[in-house]
Amino acid sequence: MSDKYLEIDQVSMVFDTKKGPFCALQGINLEIRAGEFVSLIGHSGCGKSTLLNIVAGLLRPSAGNILLAEREIRGPGPDRGVVFQNHSLLPWLTCFENVYLAAERVFASTEDKVRMRERTARALEMVHLEHAMHKYPHEVSGGMKQRVGIARALSMEPKILLLDEPFGALDALTRAHLQDELMRIVAPGANSAGSTVLMVTHDVDEAVLLSDRVVMMTNGPAATIGEIIEIDLPRPRQRLALASTPRYMALRAALLEFLYHKQMREAA
Amino acid sequence: MSAIPAPFMRSLKSALVAPPPAHQPNESRVADEPPLYVRAKAPEWLPRVLAPLIGFGLFLAFWEALSKAGGQLPDPLSTWHSAMDVFSNPFYKKGPNDQGIGWNVLTSLGRVGIGFGAAAAVGIPLGFMIGRFRFLSDMAAPIVSILKPVSPLAWLPIGLMVFKAANPAAIYVIFVCSLWPMIVNTAVGVRQIPQDYLNVARVLNLSEWKVFTRILFPAVLPYMITGVRLSIGVAWLVIVAAEMLTGGVGIGFWVWDEWNNLNVQHIIIAIFTVGIVGLALEQLMMLLARRFSYDDGRQS
Repeated sequence: MSDKYLEIDQVSMVFDTKKGPFCALQGINLEIRAGEFVSLIGHSGCGKSTLLNIVAGLLRPSAGNILLAEREIRGPGPDRGVVFQNHSLLPWLTCFENVYLAAERVFASTEDKVRMRERTARALEMVHLEHAMHKYPHEVSGGMKQRVGIARALSMEPKILLLDEPFGALDALTRAHLQDELMRIVAPGANSAGSTVLMVTHDVDEAVLLSDRVVMMTNGPAATIGEIIEIDLPRPRQRLALASTPRYMALRAALLEFLYHKQMREAA
Repeated sequence: MSAIPAPFMRSLKSALVAPPPAHQPNESRVADEPPLYVRAKAPEWLPRVLAPLIGFGLFLAFWEALSKAGGQLPDPLSTWHSAMDVFSNPFYKKGPNDQGIGWNVLTSLGRVGIGFGAAAAVGIPLGFMIGRFRFLSDMAAPIVSILKPVSPLAWLPIGLMVFKAANPAAIYVIFVCSLWPMIVNTAVGVRQIPQDYLNVARVLNLSEWKVFTRILFPAVLPYMITGVRLSIGVAWLVIVAAEMLTGGVGIGFWVWDEWNNLNVQHIIIAIFTVGIVGLALEQLMMLLARRFSYDDGRQS
């Protein structure tokens, strides 16, 4: 397999607005290896979500193109599992049905209903939701809804997981809990090579804890990649043990330096 | 003749059924201070039961006073006796123009049902298409905007001309007046679907059929039921007026017939019957709406 699993090549995004063209992204180049966890971090409005939406196929870039496993991305598809910030579960379906909808989309042609139900249940077990899978989204907590969102993405066995500030709307404790679970889920296991993940975040600790590399974006308009930091902390990582290590603090400081010094926003 | 009393009737109705203002406990007292006395409180349900009773009482008193003041308005008691008489045998048939009030109401409901059902069959799919495709929406908007405010009865002569019979013409008027709320509400519902849900459809790359059954239809259903509720309300308003003009059997024609007989008591009975049946239809639709509404449950 090629070293470049996801290849973002000279991608630019120009929106037509009432005030004329607005260049959101300019000349983005990024390569992600299979099994790698990459975070996009930057101030709000820097176009990191736009980039994720382009990879998801929800937006078409104005220039450049994207290859996933050597195939060009031309639109949305189930080979990319997207987790939205606001969970985006369908309120009229139970958690199980929400996940089943995704599993069915991918596997209906090759598997029978029993197998797809097993798949759905497995995905929900992975996020520890087997006890609540027949509840409706409004009956479960915000953290649980986000777990369902992750299970929905996982159930499709996507080539890459795209997470758009997945824990941004959650309280700090729930967020920490879900970060730990996400680490466990995407880690290479006995029978898997580990998931390839592209995550948008604005949380420095989250980025350092979870990522293999953190991509820091400059402020818009015409945002582009500022720096890329390799997070060379050994895995598996323990939140508490890491927090006091000099390497962790140095990486964290480097991110903060970039965000709050080099890319300081004018006081809004 | 039907358009003017409609809003008035609605506002009167809402005034009659509006819940009384909630009882506000006195919160000015400091919590630590022991109370000097405890105010005796009436049970919470009492004003809620009392208020409508007082409303009805005042209404009857006003009616009684009005009938005593002269004119030909029958008083409430004689109307009540007459009503007992009418409802003691609601399903008799003495020829085509003399039938019990039960038959009249059922015939009217039947017309509403057919006209309304046809309007749903046409209006809901049309609303979906107008909501989903911008081009169709732009195409339909001027026509709908012009025809929507037209009193449904203005369509009656055209119905009579086309069908050359009173009954289908009345049904056709119901069809026309039920159509607009159904189209408009369904289209609005389709347009109001949160982008999040459509994004789910897109990232999963669902088939059009799945998008319709799993996302569009459930998301639009509450709006559709609102359209149905408004339609059936308008249809029930319009049928009385339409039947007055077309004749035959039906509650509207019964009113007109009793006017010709100068039986004012029966007219008043008909008014209440129409009101109660309309209320029942409305409540039925509310029940349906509650059954199919979903709890979005988002924290904004």
